[in-house]
Amino acid sequence: MSTVAINRRSLLAAGGSVLATGVLTSGVSGLLLPARAAGLAPTETMSGGANNYRKGAPVVERIGKGGFWMSGTVRRAGDGAPLAGQRIQIWAHTVEGQEHEPQSHGATLTDKDGKFRLEMPQIIPVFGQPHGHLAYDSGEFKTVFLRPVMRSAKETSLEAHFVLQPA
Amino acid sequence: MVLIWAALALAIGVPIAAAAGSELLAWRGPIYILAGFAGIVALGLVLLQPLLIGGYLPGLSAYRGRRAHHWIGGALVVAVVIHVAGLWFTSPPDMIDALTYASPTPFSPFGVTAMWAIFVVALLASLRRWLGLRLRTWRFIHMPLAIVIVTGSVVHCLLIEGTMERISKAALCVLVLAATVKVMIDLQVWRKRRTLRGESPAQQ
Repeated sequence: MSTVAINRRSLLAAGGSVLATGVLTSGVSGLLLPARAAGLAPTETMSGGANNYRKGAPVVERIGKGGFWMSGTVRRAGDGAPLAGQRIQIWAHTVEGQEHEPQSHGATLTDKDGKFRLEMPQIIPVFGQPHGHLAYDSGEFKTVFLRPVMRSAKETSLEAHFVLQPA
Repeated sequence: MVLIWAALALAIGVPIAAAAGSELLAWRGPIYILAGFAGIVALGLVLLQPLLIGGYLPGLSAYRGRRAHHWIGGALVVAVVIHVAGLWFTSPPDMIDALTYASPTPFSPFGVTAMWAIFVVALLASLRRWLGLRLRTWRFIHMPLAIVIVTGSVVHCLLIEGTMERISKAALCVLVLAATVKVMIDLQVWRKRRTLRGESPAQQ
């Protein structure tokens, strides 16, 4: 699930700057480019993302018996720099428990490239969609909850990407 | 006659039986399972409604068909309440999202809208005499709501990835739509001056 790409705001900003370039002389137009238009927009919390969230899930080697991989990246809004050592919480309805149960929750840290990867039990469809939940809530950056949906319930991995902005 | 009833039993029974064989049930609690099946049963009841009021079920007089239509309507309310309450118990935040039209799942608003339409129809139907609604007025209210209930339920059901088996689910949905379209055409519900099949003029 990439929510990184282009949102309406960055598109409008980019469009506005293109307009400005056309109207003004090319010499000054570069200065009028808003910083956001060039930068990476922060990831918005997805609707339903925080459902059945439990604060402070422990960092674990693996959730339960594993068999399914949740992975993704954490980057900084604007310049897109990878963020190392960030704590990402993960939970889902799996073959080993329901979403709200403690054993369905775990956390992991990003490596030096801002990547994270946590093994967990197989996610199964619940409430009509096979989906997982992820949270960044450590406070340094603005809290974000994601709720990626699997293309098929048969898949054995799922990705989610965070672009965080300062809190 | 036996064929029609057998076909009806299959149309409703096969999807329920197929869902009962779903491997997903192994990872669900009893209340969640009950909620899911209440939803499937509700869709089965939605199929019965046009068949009963259209008089397509052999052996039932128009009067008894209409009485059954009323009772099945009540049962539909009960099934929907069990469905919603069971899901609420299973995951309150997901159900609150759905009921407030804030859910990420595309099927939720269809189901919730159908639910409200069912409640409104049931409420008005039980108050119809007290409100003094004439048949024509009643049909003018009931028909659009019936369309909302049928379309809402069918879209809701088709978009869900759950315990229902795809083919039997699609077949049930097609039958619900077909029965609804047929009864609307047969009773010519958009015409103003027509009586219901078997309706006595005294009740007009």
